[in-house]
Amino acid sequence: MSVTLENVAVKRRGKAILGPVKMALSADGFTIVLGPNGAGKTTLLKVLHGVERLSSGRVTWSVPDEDAREAQAYVFQKPIMLRRSVRQNLAFPLQLLKTPKAEIDTRVTDWSRRIGLEEALDRPATRISGGEQQKLALARALIRDPQVLFLDEPCANLDGRSMREIEELLMASSASGTRIIMTTHDLGQARRLASDVVFLLNGQLCEQADASTFFAAPQSDEARAFLKGDIIE
Amino acid sequence: MNDIWAGIEAAFRLIITLDSDLVEITLRSLQVSLSALVIASLIALPFGTWLAIRRFRYRRLTIATLNALMGLPPVVVGLIVYLLLSRSGPFGVLGLLFTPTAMIIAQVIIITPLIASITHQAMRELWAEYHDLLISLNTSKSQRILTLIRDGRRTLLTAALAGFGRAIGEVGAIMIVGGNIDHATRVLTTAIALETGKGDFALALGLGFVLIALALLVNFAIHALSRTEREGRW
Repeated sequence: MSVTLENVAVKRRGKAILGPVKMALSADGFTIVLGPNGAGKTTLLKVLHGVERLSSGRVTWSVPDEDAREAQAYVFQKPIMLRRSVRQNLAFPLQLLKTPKAEIDTRVTDWSRRIGLEEALDRPATRISGGEQQKLALARALIRDPQVLFLDEPCANLDGRSMREIEELLMASSASGTRIIMTTHDLGQARRLASDVVFLLNGQLCEQADASTFFAAPQSDEARAFLKGDIIE
Repeated sequence: MNDIWAGIEAAFRLIITLDSDLVEITLRSLQVSLSALVIASLIALPFGTWLAIRRFRYRRLTIATLNALMGLPPVVVGLIVYLLLSRSGPFGVLGLLFTPTAMIIAQVIIITPLIASITHQAMRELWAEYHDLLISLNTSKSQRILTLIRDGRRTLLTAALAGFGRAIGEVGAIMIVGGNIDHATRVLTTAIALETGKGDFALALGLGFVLIALALLVNFAIHALSRTEREGRW
């Protein structure tokens, strides 16, 4: 499902955090949202997910809002672990939908294998390592088979191996048709994963382009500076 | 010092011989306070949790009131329940005054704010932690409350135990609405007050030790049953 944003703005205590932004995202692809700290990347993701209060403007999905929310999942920068076992964390989104127990078991086993945590299923989720928690959060988001997956810096503070495992999972689910919209600080990761790029600066949409175009020949001076590794404010 | 030794001696004698009066009084104490605890928990745990996740206009006022009600003087609660249940009161026809039911009602009023307030404090922290995830997963209000109660059950247990402690040791309200009638509404605390008034310190102390032992026992039992404080569990 595709989405359009019309003059979306988010203000808090009189300060503009995002926008006004006017943009459209197609129904498929792997969008990477780039930009320095405070550019409004997380806010944009939350706006798209429908959990941020808009000060003005409108977000329109190609399907009714209720269906759009049902078909989305969100992975937070800092994984939120329920104070339960790994198994119960994985099962939780399905239990909310009243999925039959047998199906929950099958899917939990399947996903625990995919993220390499089948041995840890009965351990408390709060006691596994940071990388394992992030993988668990990702699996918990994907277990409902969402059409759209939002990720807010899923690899912040992760080492090389965990990052590669997460990227493999993301590429697999992107290949199987999940629409992914992800923020990152890591330009290398952005190059590896992106099919298109949204570049934000100071809450404004600075540039939106295909990944190949964006990385080879950015249109704006700011994007050029950002890609070169200069500090932009 | 003599009184204390005599008290310990009396307590042991009463317990070892399973003194029928003692057993009866103890069981009634447990019956009244545990009933009050169950009813108060059924009200206070969902209410405290709801308060933690729900934003509404008079929320701060409600919380402040709740915290103030934690210090509700039992004697006054007893007096009001007495007036409500007395023959000439609005609920006089029910004939509840001077029955264990009246004592349970009074204790529910005393401990509900306490349990709700502790619940609210604990749930507020858990809600801050879970907020984004539960919103993102598009959960309904009741699903949020149930998730918080389930995952915060350890702190809820603490809240309930605090309520039980207040109920089992409470004397002012149940004295007024129960009347400390032998074989009908006499419980440990009112019996202690009576024996002290009569000057029978040994028996009073004996009952006091039984009361303390009971409170400890219930706490241990609940902790053991719910397996709290164990590695890897919540």
